[in-house]
Amino acid sequence: MDDIAVRMTGISKSFNGVRVLEGVDLELRRGEVHALAGGNGAGKSTLMKILRGVHQPDEGTIEIDGQAAHLTSVQDAMGRGIAMIFQEFSVVPTLSVAQNVFLARERRGALGLLDDNASVERTRALFGEMGVTVDPHRRLEDLSTAFWQLTEIAKARSQDARVLIMDEPTASLAKDETDHLFELIRSLAGQGIAIVYISHRMEEIFGVADRVTVLRDGRLVATTAVGDLSAEELVEQIVGRRMENALAWTPREVKRDEVLLLEVRDLTVKPRLHGVSFDLHRGEILGFAGLMGSGRTETVRALFGIDPVQAGTIKVRGREVSIHNSRDAIAASISLVPEDRRLQGLVLEHSVRNNLLLPLLDRFSRAGWLDDRKGDRIAAKLVSDLDVKVASVDRPVQLLSGGNQQKVVLAKWLGTEPDMILMDEPTAGVDIGTKVEIVGMIRALADAGKGVILISSEFPELLAVCDRILVFRDGTIDQSLLRNDIADEDALHLAVQGFGRTAAHA
Amino acid sequence: MPDADRSQGGALAAIRGLEWRNYIIYIGFAATFLFFAVTLRDSGFLNPSNLVNIVNQTATISVIAVGMTFVIASAEIDLSVGAVAGLASVTTAMAISHFGLIPGIVTGLATGAAVGALNGVLVTVVRIPSFLVTLGMLGIAHGTAQWITKSAPQPILDDTYNKIFGSGSLGPIPSLIVWTFVLVSIGVVVLNKTSFGRKVLATGGNRVAAEFSGISTKKIKFAVLLACGVTAALAGMLYAGRLSSGRYQWGTGDELSAIAAVILGGTSLAGGRGSVIGALVGSLMIGLINNGLILAGLEASQQEVIRGVIIIAAVALGRRK
Repeated sequence: MDDIAVRMTGISKSFNGVRVLEGVDLELRRGEVHALAGGNGAGKSTLMKILRGVHQPDEGTIEIDGQAAHLTSVQDAMGRGIAMIFQEFSVVPTLSVAQNVFLARERRGALGLLDDNASVERTRALFGEMGVTVDPHRRLEDLSTAFWQLTEIAKARSQDARVLIMDEPTASLAKDETDHLFELIRSLAGQGIAIVYISHRMEEIFGVADRVTVLRDGRLVATTAVGDLSAEELVEQIVGRRMENALAWTPREVKRDEVLLLEVRDLTVKPRLHGVSFDLHRGEILGFAGLMGSGRTETVRALFGIDPVQAGTIKVRGREVSIHNSRDAIAASISLVPEDRRLQGLVLEHSVRNNLLLPLLDRFSRAGWLDDRKGDRIAAKLVSDLDVKVASVDRPVQLLSGGNQQKVVLAKWLGTEPDMILMDEPTAGVDIGTKVEIVGMIRALADAGKGVILISSEFPELLAVCDRILVFRDGTIDQSLLRNDIADEDALHLAVQGFGRTAAHA
Repeated sequence: MPDADRSQGGALAAIRGLEWRNYIIYIGFAATFLFFAVTLRDSGFLNPSNLVNIVNQTATISVIAVGMTFVIASAEIDLSVGAVAGLASVTTAMAISHFGLIPGIVTGLATGAAVGALNGVLVTVVRIPSFLVTLGMLGIAHGTAQWITKSAPQPILDDTYNKIFGSGSLGPIPSLIVWTFVLVSIGVVVLNKTSFGRKVLATGGNRVAAEFSGISTKKIKFAVLLACGVTAALAGMLYAGRLSSGRYQWGTGDELSAIAAVILGGTSLAGGRGSVIGALVGSLMIGLINNGLILAGLEASQQEVIRGVIIIAAVALGRRK
C-alpha cells in the first residue's frame, strides 16, 4: 500500500457546455500539505467540489486509498473521510462550540435523548489535541473567528477526516492566529492527514505547503515541490505571463508643499482608537499597516462616518468638517472601498448597473426622477474604464468572479469622482491578474492628484505603491515611515510587530 | 477569458429560469381565469358585471398591497395595515359627520400617516423589529377604533364622499377601479423610475452596503412605513365609501391578504426585489379565486382551504432556488 490518499486522474467537467476543467490530475499524499493555486476561475473550486461529491466529473476517475470512488453526495465524500473548512464558516453562531462540533450527529444517551456531557467532553479533548483550551459551552458568537475555524477543524477531526480541504483559511485571521493555524496544519499533517491548502498568498504557500499544484483556465499547469520553486516561478505558473515589474516599487514625486487634502487630529473611537493624527497630501498614496484590530480599519470607518467619533478633528482642504454618516463623508469628497465587498460593498442580487449607480442616484436624477439613459452611459463608461469582464451590465453582480466583483466596487466609488479614496484590503481574495490591475489603478489615481489611503495585510503590495506608511499598533499610530526609509519587507514586518523603530531607520 | 465565458453560460441558464419564475403569477392568473371561465361559464363568471365586481371588491387589498410592496421590498413588514384601514374608516366617518367632507378626508389620511410615522419611529429610532412593532400596532389601532366608536357603526351621509370613494364612477369606470389604477400607477413609477425606489430596493437587498453607499436606510425605512400607513388608511376610506359607513371591523385580516398578494406578485420576502404590477395581479388573483369559489357554490370554510392551497402552490412555483 502506497502513501497516496487521493488520486484524481483526467478530471473534466463542463457547465452549460462551457468546459471549466479539462483533464486535470491531482494526487494527495498522506501527511502532506498540498497547496492549490490559480487565479479566480482557474477551476480550483470546481475541482474541490468534485472531490467533495458536490459535482460529478464528466470524465476522469477518483481513487481514495487506492480504491475507485464514485462520490455522489457530500455525505458520501464525508463518509470516505473528505472534509472541507469553508472560507465563510458554516457554523451556527447561536449554538455552543460543542453543539456545533456535533451538529446533526449529536451524541445520544439513554432513551435516545441528547447526551450533552459526552459531546462536551469529546469537544474539550478535540481542542486539547489542537493545543487550544476552550469552554465547549460558550456560544460561537461570543468567540473570535479564529475559534470558528478551530470549531470547523474539530468537527472534521471528530468525523475522522483524512483529507482536509482549507479554502483561504487565513483570510480573517490575525498574524499570531495565522501562525498558530500553520502549526496546527503541520501537526495534522504529521498525523497522516492530507491537507489541501487553497490560497492566493504566496508567502503562505511557501510557508506551509510541501507541494503546490497550479491550475490555469481549467487545466493543470504543474505540480511541484515547493522547495524546487521560486516565488517568481510560481507567479509565472499562475499568471501565465511574466509581470515582474508590476509589484516593484517605482519612486514617485509627491509635492509635499501642496494643499493638505486631509488633516486628522486626535481621532478617538472607543474602545479601539485612541488619538490618531496624520495628514494626507494631494497625489499621495498613504499606506496603513498593522495587525487586525490595530486601528487601521477603525480609522477609515470613522473617516467615512460608519462609527461615531468621540473626539478629534477632521479637516478637508483646511476646513473642519463633521462626519456623522456616509452622506457627510461623500459630501466631503471621501469614498471608501470597504473591507468586505459582499457584505458592505455590493447588493449581490442586483445588477452590475444598479450597483455602480448606487452612490450616484442623486446625480443622474432630477427632482428624484431617474434619468435612465444618463445612468446607462455612466455605468457603461465605468465598466469599460475598469475593464470589468461582464457580458451585460444588467447581469446580477453575484454571477461575477471575485476579481470582477471587486472591480465593480472600485468602479462604483470612482464614479463619485472623490478627492480622497480610502481602500480597505482592496485586493483580498482577488486573482493576481486583477491585483496587478488594481495596483496600477491606485498609481493612476494618485498621479491624477487624488489622495489614496491603502490598508493592506500584504506587505509587498504596500511597499509597491505607498509613498508613506503609517504603522498602527493598539489603536494608535506607532510609526510614520517614508517609503524610501523602509529597507525591505522584513523591516516592515518588524515595524508592524513593534520591533522596528530602530531597524527601519537604520 | 474562460472566467467570463463560464459566468455567461451559467447566467444564461439562470436568467431563463428566473424569467419563467418571474412570470408565474401572470401564468397562474391566466390559468385560474381560464379554468373558471370554462368550468363556471353557466354561473355567470364571464359576465362583465361579475368581472367588474371582482376588481371592485379587490380594490382595498390592491391599494394596501401597493404600500406593502415597498415595505417588503425594503425587508420590513407591516402587520397593522388591516387595523389601520378600520381605524381610518371610523375617523373619516366621524370627522365627516362633525366637520364636513374635506376635513373628513384629511382626517382619514392623517390617521394613516400618524400610525405609519409611529411605526417608522419605533422601527428606525427605537430599533424594534417591524414585525413586533406592527403586531403591537395592529392591536392598538383595532382597539382604538372600537373604543372611540363604542363598537357602533359610523354612518356616512355625505353622498359626495360615498360617490368619490365608493359607489360612484368616472365616466364608465367605477371609482374603486380608478383609485386602484391611480395608486398602482404611482407605485410603479416611484419604485422603478425614481431614486427613492432604487434606494428602497438597495436597502432591502443589502442594508449595510446601502448605508456604505451613502443611503440613509433609516429615512428609507421610515418613509416606506409612513407611506404604507397612508395607503392602508386610503383602503379604509374606500371601505367606508363603498359601505357608506365607518366600522372598526373593516379591513380585519386584510394584512394577510395583502402580504399574500405582494409575495404572489414576485416581491421577495427577504427584500431587495419588488413588483407593484405583480402585487396588483396577485391581489386580483386572490379576488378571482374568492369569486370563482363562491360562484361554484362552495362553503366559506371550503373556500378558505382552497385559497390557502392555491397561494402556497403559486409561491412554491415562483420560488427561486
